[in-house]
Amino acid sequence: MRSLLRPIPLLLAVASLLAACTSEGSSDGPGGRVELSFWTWATNVERVVDIWNREHPDVHVTVSRQTMGDELVTKVLTAAEAGNPPDLLQAEYQALPTFVSNDALADIGEHVGEVREEFAEETWEQVTLGTDGVYAVPQDTGPMMLYYRADLFDRYGLRVPTTWTEFAQVARDLRAKTRSSYLTTFSSNDPGWFAGLAQQAGAQWWGVDGESWTVGIDDEPTREVADFWGGLVSEGVVDDQAMYTPQWNKALGDGTLLAWPSAIWAPAVLESVAAGTRGKWAMAPLPTWNPGEERTGNWGGSSTAVSAGSEHVEAAADFALWLNTDPAATRALVTEGSLYPAARDAQSGPALDQPPAFLPGQSTFYTEAKAIADTAARWTWGPNVNVAYQAYRDAFGAAITEGSRFSAAVGVMHERTVADMRRNGFTVRG
Amino acid sequence: MARRGDRGAARPGPALVPYLFLAPAIVLFTLFVLVPIGYTAYLSLHRVRVSGLGLGRGSRTQVFAGLDTYRQALGDPELWRGALRVLGYGALLVPTMLGLALLFALLLDRPRVRLARFSRISIFLPYAVPGVVASVLWGFLYLPALTPLPVPEGLLGPGLLFAVANIGLWGGVGFNMLVILTALRAVPPEVTESARLDGASELQIALRVKTPLVTPALIMAGLFTLIATLQVYTEPTTLAPLTNALPSTWTPLMKVYNDAFVRDDIHSAAATSVVLAAITLTFSLVFLRVVAGRAFAGERS
Repeated sequence: MRSLLRPIPLLLAVASLLAACTSEGSSDGPGGRVELSFWTWATNVERVVDIWNREHPDVHVTVSRQTMGDELVTKVLTAAEAGNPPDLLQAEYQALPTFVSNDALADIGEHVGEVREEFAEETWEQVTLGTDGVYAVPQDTGPMMLYYRADLFDRYGLRVPTTWTEFAQVARDLRAKTRSSYLTTFSSNDPGWFAGLAQQAGAQWWGVDGESWTVGIDDEPTREVADFWGGLVSEGVVDDQAMYTPQWNKALGDGTLLAWPSAIWAPAVLESVAAGTRGKWAMAPLPTWNPGEERTGNWGGSSTAVSAGSEHVEAAADFALWLNTDPAATRALVTEGSLYPAARDAQSGPALDQPPAFLPGQSTFYTEAKAIADTAARWTWGPNVNVAYQAYRDAFGAAITEGSRFSAAVGVMHERTVADMRRNGFTVRG
Repeated sequence: MARRGDRGAARPGPALVPYLFLAPAIVLFTLFVLVPIGYTAYLSLHRVRVSGLGLGRGSRTQVFAGLDTYRQALGDPELWRGALRVLGYGALLVPTMLGLALLFALLLDRPRVRLARFSRISIFLPYAVPGVVASVLWGFLYLPALTPLPVPEGLLGPGLLFAVANIGLWGGVGFNMLVILTALRAVPPEVTESARLDGASELQIALRVKTPLVTPALIMAGLFTLIATLQVYTEPTTLAPLTNALPSTWTPLMKVYNDAFVRDDIHSAAATSVVLAAITLTFSLVFLRVVAGRAFAGERS
C-alpha cells in the first residue's frame, strides 16, 4: 500500500505546477476593473499608490517591490521575453536604452506627449533617447552636491572647497592635522557616482551620430577626473574603501569620513546609516573644475515606464503620468519617499519648503538644490551601460589594489564597452 | 490474454506497469533536468545580433552562432584567471578540510572523551548556518574598523584567498567530520582492542589502524569538498561589495552569473556553463577512478 501511494505527492506536485503555469496572465479583476502590476524600489511608494487606488476604483495598481540594480534590468527583460512582464516598471535613466533596444517598453508618446513642458529639456531627453518616441515619464533626478560635516570642518579649521583643486588641498590639510580621518573615499563599487563626476567635467560617454553610436568613455574629461582621484588615493589623502558597506556606514557616523560628494537624495541615506550625526551635516554645491563655474552631474534618477507587453498600455500610461506630475502624488513622493521630483512644478511645491529632517539647520536646502539642479550637464546613455558599469567595478577595484593609474582603468572600461557593442552588432563609430 | 477474460483486458499489460511507476520520476527528470540542459546547450550555440542603433522595433534577433560563442567564452582570459583562483582555493581548502575533519573525528573517537556530545555538536553547528549568513558574519569580522577579533591586515586584500577558504572551512568541516566519525564508529572494537593488546598507543591506533579503515569515508568527504570547491560562489559573491580586491569574475561561476544577469548575455553564460559542467564531471570521475580505485582495491581482494 505504501509503495502504491508514494507517487501521489509527486503527481500532486506536477499537477500544481501545471496549474501554476496556466493561472498566469489574467489581468482583469472582478467587475471589469483593470489590474496593473508595478515593479519598483522607491521608498514607501505603496503609500503613494494607495492614493491612486482610492481615487481610481476602476484601475487598481499593485506594487511589487524589487531590488534596484543591473539584475532588475535582466529580470524585466526576461519577463518581457517570457510574455508576462509587469505593466509598469521603475527604470533608471541609464537602463532605458537597454530596455528600448530589447523592445521591452511601449512608446507612450500619444498618451503623455503633452506633458513635456513640465520637465526640463535635458530630463525629457532622457526618456525620448533623442527619438520621436516617449518611453517613460521622468520621476526623479539626482543632481550631485557636496555633503560635509560642518562641525568637524570647524574643528579642523577647514574651508568648504569650491573647486576640485581646493578639495584636494582640504584633503591634504585634514591629513596633516589628523591621521584618523579622511576627507572622503573613492569607491570602486559605485559606477553611477563616477559617471556623475565625469558628467560634471564635461564627459560624453555615449552619443548618437546619425545611424551610429559614438563611445567616448576614454575621453579627456573622464581621464582627468580619474587621475585626479587616483592621485589623491595614491597620495594617501583620500580613502579607497567602497561605499555602502558596514565599514563605510561606521566611518560616516564616527567622523572617519568628513565629506561625501553625493546627490540630492543623500540626506535619507545618511539618516539611515549615520543617524547619530543628525544636524551636523551641511550641503554645498559640488566643487567645480574651473573657479566660478556652475555645473554638476547626476547620480541616479529614474522614470516610470510601461511594458510593451502590457494589455493596458493606456491605463498604465495614465498612472505613470499621474504618479510623476499630479501635485498630490509628487508631494507624497517627496514626503514619503524623500526623492527629488523631476517635474518642474513639483520642485517648487510646498513639500519642499522645509529642509530634509536630517539637515534641519540648512533652511534654504531645496532652494539651493534647485539652483544646483538647473546646472546639471546634458548626457546621453548608451545601450550597454551595464557592461560599462561592470567594467568600472572590476577595473577600478584592480587599479586600487594594484596601485596602477586610474586613467588606465578608464581605458579598460572604454575597450570592453566598445567590444561588447561591436560583438552584438551595434554600429559604433570612433 | 484471452484466458483472463474481461477483467484482464482493462488492466495494463505486465510489461507496462514498471513504466507507470517510473513515469512521475521520468517526467520530473525530463522537465527539470534534461530540458534545461538541452536548452542551455541550444542557447550556447546562438547569439544576439543587433542592427544599427538597436533602438528600433525588432532590431535585435537571435542568430545561430555555432561554436563562436564557445570560442568567445573560452578566449576570455578572465575565465582562466578565475579558474586559477579556484584551483588555488581548492589546493588550500581540500587538504585543510580533510585534515581537520579527520583530526576532530579521531579525537572524538578516542575512548573516554569528555564533553564528546557538546564538542561534536559545536563543530557540526556551523554547517547548519547558511553560506550567505556565514559570509556576512565573517565579512564583518574581516573588516578592520568593525571586527572585535585581532584579524591580520589585508584579509580582504592580498589575503583574500585565505579569507574565503576560512569561511568554507568553518562551514564544511563539521559535516565532513561527521561522515568520518560515522565510519569510525563502524570499525569493529575487536580490531582496536587487539591493537591495544599488542601494545599500540592511542596515537598509533589512530594513525595505523583507524585511518586506513576509514579511507572510503575520507574519499567521500574529499569528493564532496572537491565539488563544493569547483562550485564556490556564495562566499566571494557576498564578500564582493566589502572589498576592492574581488572582481565580478573572481570565480568562473561568478562570471557565469554576471554574464547572464548583469551583462545580459545569456548565450555566453550558457557556453561557459556547459564547459564548467564538463570540467567538473571530468574532475570528479578522474578523482574517483584514481583515488577510489586504489583505496577499494584492498577491500575487494
